[in-house]
Amino acid sequence: MALTNEQIERYSRHIILKEVGAKGQKKLLNAKVLIIGAGGLGAPAALYLAAAGVGTIGIADADEVDLSNLQRQVIHATADIGKPKVESARESMEAINPDVKVVTYHEFITSENILDIIKDYDFILDGTDNFPAKFLINDACVMAKKPFSHAGIIRFKGQLMTYVPGEGPCYRCVFKEPPPKDAVPTCKQAGVIGAMGGVIGSLQAMEAVKYIIGQGKLLTGSLLTYDALNMDFRKITLPHDTSKCPVCGSNPTITKLIDYEQAECEGTGL
Amino acid sequence: MADITITDTVDITDVVCPVTFVKAKVALEELDDGDILAVRMNDGEPVQNVPRSIKEEGHKILKLDDNGDGTYTLIVRKVGD
Repeated sequence: MALTNEQIERYSRHIILKEVGAKGQKKLLNAKVLIIGAGGLGAPAALYLAAAGVGTIGIADADEVDLSNLQRQVIHATADIGKPKVESARESMEAINPDVKVVTYHEFITSENILDIIKDYDFILDGTDNFPAKFLINDACVMAKKPFSHAGIIRFKGQLMTYVPGEGPCYRCVFKEPPPKDAVPTCKQAGVIGAMGGVIGSLQAMEAVKYIIGQGKLLTGSLLTYDALNMDFRKITLPHDTSKCPVCGSNPTITKLIDYEQAECEGTGL
Repeated sequence: MADITITDTVDITDVVCPVTFVKAKVALEELDDGDILAVRMNDGEPVQNVPRSIKEEGHKILKLDDNGDGTYTLIVRKVGD
């Protein structure tokens, strides 16, 4: 498949890069990335991946666009209020780049449907806002041997890490299990600065792009944290003891997906 | 120098920087190691920048011919796969 003149122009700033070139751009055009959560993290990630020419982008979210989302979820507009987030996200992505095929999943991700949804994708982005979803995505990706980017944001802080099968710890290696219900406030209760989703969600898109083009070092085996008030980025090296993790370890005790109970006011898509 | 057999030709006179270099780069990526690409370009900015950028990518510039009509033809040997 040769790039068209229009594609050469559209992706010229990519192709010019030694690390990308026409070869890397074609990898992006052939890639399939799933974004779970069309919220604060998923919005910028989806916009950048669509603009980058990722050929197939799946987007999963059960919610509709709400006025209170618009302070940070930049893929949705005021006129989209009431519309399913996945539809609004699809329209924005298609408007940016007609090269992109968008697949929407207007549903909650559960232990019942997640393996079927992730199976067709090369890389998964966790853009959810609650612990049950984060552990479910981790466990499903470990079981299905899918690389994924974890991220979380709250107030003026954010964090992310990348899991690649066999190349480092999973989310559960680091955070054993969800905290007790209501022990940690949700973003709804605690608030979050809008640009935080932009910073961390864009970093997730960056990890996806690097994974697809096979360049650079990923955040495997490390957790990157960002404290916006102090303008501090910290990269923390994570231990990886394969004998111990209940899901990715050598003797896993978690072999079935778990639907943890959600705190009441939580939804997907921070 | 022995006769040069041109493998492929690309015309970048209809585009401006940086698409000039990008089109040449894409054409080079389609070729195999040792293949020869002829690139027709406008005088001025393209002649100043495109050969240099191609050289920076590690390819071998063989010659630059003045076509006498305000355009030049750059002959490049692809280095690497």
